[in-house]
Amino acid sequence: MTEQPVAPATAPEKSPAGKVSLFEVFLTFLVIGAVSFGGGVVAYLRNSLVSQKKWLDEEEFLAALEISQALPGLNATNMSVIVGDRLRGPLGSIVGFVGMTLPGGLLILVLGIAYVSNNHNSYVNAALAGVGAASVGLLASVTLQIGHKQLEHLLDIAIVLVTIVMVSVFHISLVIVLLTVGPVAIFLYRPHKDRVHAADRTGLDKKPAD
Amino acid sequence: MSDHTDLNILGVFSLLSILAVGGGTAVLPEMKALTVDVHHWLSDDQFRNIYGLGQLAPGPNMLMVIVIGYHVAGFVGAALAFVGFFAPASIIAWGTSRIWNHFEGSPWRLSVQRGFAPLVIGLMTAGTISIARTAITGWIPVVFAVVVFCVLYFRHRVNPALMILAAAIAGVFLLR
Repeated sequence: MTEQPVAPATAPEKSPAGKVSLFEVFLTFLVIGAVSFGGGVVAYLRNSLVSQKKWLDEEEFLAALEISQALPGLNATNMSVIVGDRLRGPLGSIVGFVGMTLPGGLLILVLGIAYVSNNHNSYVNAALAGVGAASVGLLASVTLQIGHKQLEHLLDIAIVLVTIVMVSVFHISLVIVLLTVGPVAIFLYRPHKDRVHAADRTGLDKKPAD
Repeated sequence: MSDHTDLNILGVFSLLSILAVGGGTAVLPEMKALTVDVHHWLSDDQFRNIYGLGQLAPGPNMLMVIVIGYHVAGFVGAALAFVGFFAPASIIAWGTSRIWNHFEGSPWRLSVQRGFAPLVIGLMTAGTISIARTAITGWIPVVFAVVVFCVLYFRHRVNPALMILAAAIAGVFLLR
């Protein structure tokens, strides 16, 4: 895998027009934030940043996605921060993040105010009960799409099952789960001096774009 | 007690932000434990409903933390939940992305990625289970969940938003 140089903070990775304006960064992420639904933000990000704007090539996009997925937080907001920074430095991060979260944030605030004011309304509760049930199907679908590769190795299956049991059966705090299963899993996949590590990108889509 | 509540909102969502390795779904069991069982800000039903609201809005679906904050402490609560949940992780992402390439050649980076992959899947599954426990309250919700799962899993090109909206409408007729 080739080295991924970090572009100077004031220069874009790639843009025929030269410097990308802050307004263009904001507007691009605003549109992505306004049209993506149901955890499909990664597809919108790729389509916009790679295919349309050509601010990143496929390799650069995957590298940024890899960072987003390895860290806490949501892919969508992590990506807006990372790409915004590469295009226009810290200000780019801020306007990218605000663009990504503004449309949904405003709408959810309006919906939230309406909900809090009407949370005894039987129609509202019935509709949201339907949405809640549908969300279970949505989450299960996303999890299985991302995770089916993990069901091909016994060690991975064991880690998955231990994690599920700890959280869902014993209700152990996420802090404890991360601090115990995390290091153990990393240790089990520790580098071996006698083995050559081929770069494994097949499992890059580790988490949904939520 | 208002000051304590505000600080608790900021504290809870900042913690969740740092814990959200694996994304929003992975952190749902902890969010539910803290907001429903520990602080008693929400009932089970309210948690499910607010999560559902998040599905109705575009963009990152964990924006529903704004509703939790608003429900607890009005606009100040909404702002604190938003800043709490998104600022720590975003700052970590910004800082880490600038040094990530320094670890390009380290074999441990690959170990972290490969070790975390099944952990994340386990956490996402647990997150799905935590929503299912509040949302699946009879046979009709089971049918909703199964239909949505089959359509989205086997017909990838269907827009999830359409399924969510259809479920909301069907819910009005079938779940009142």
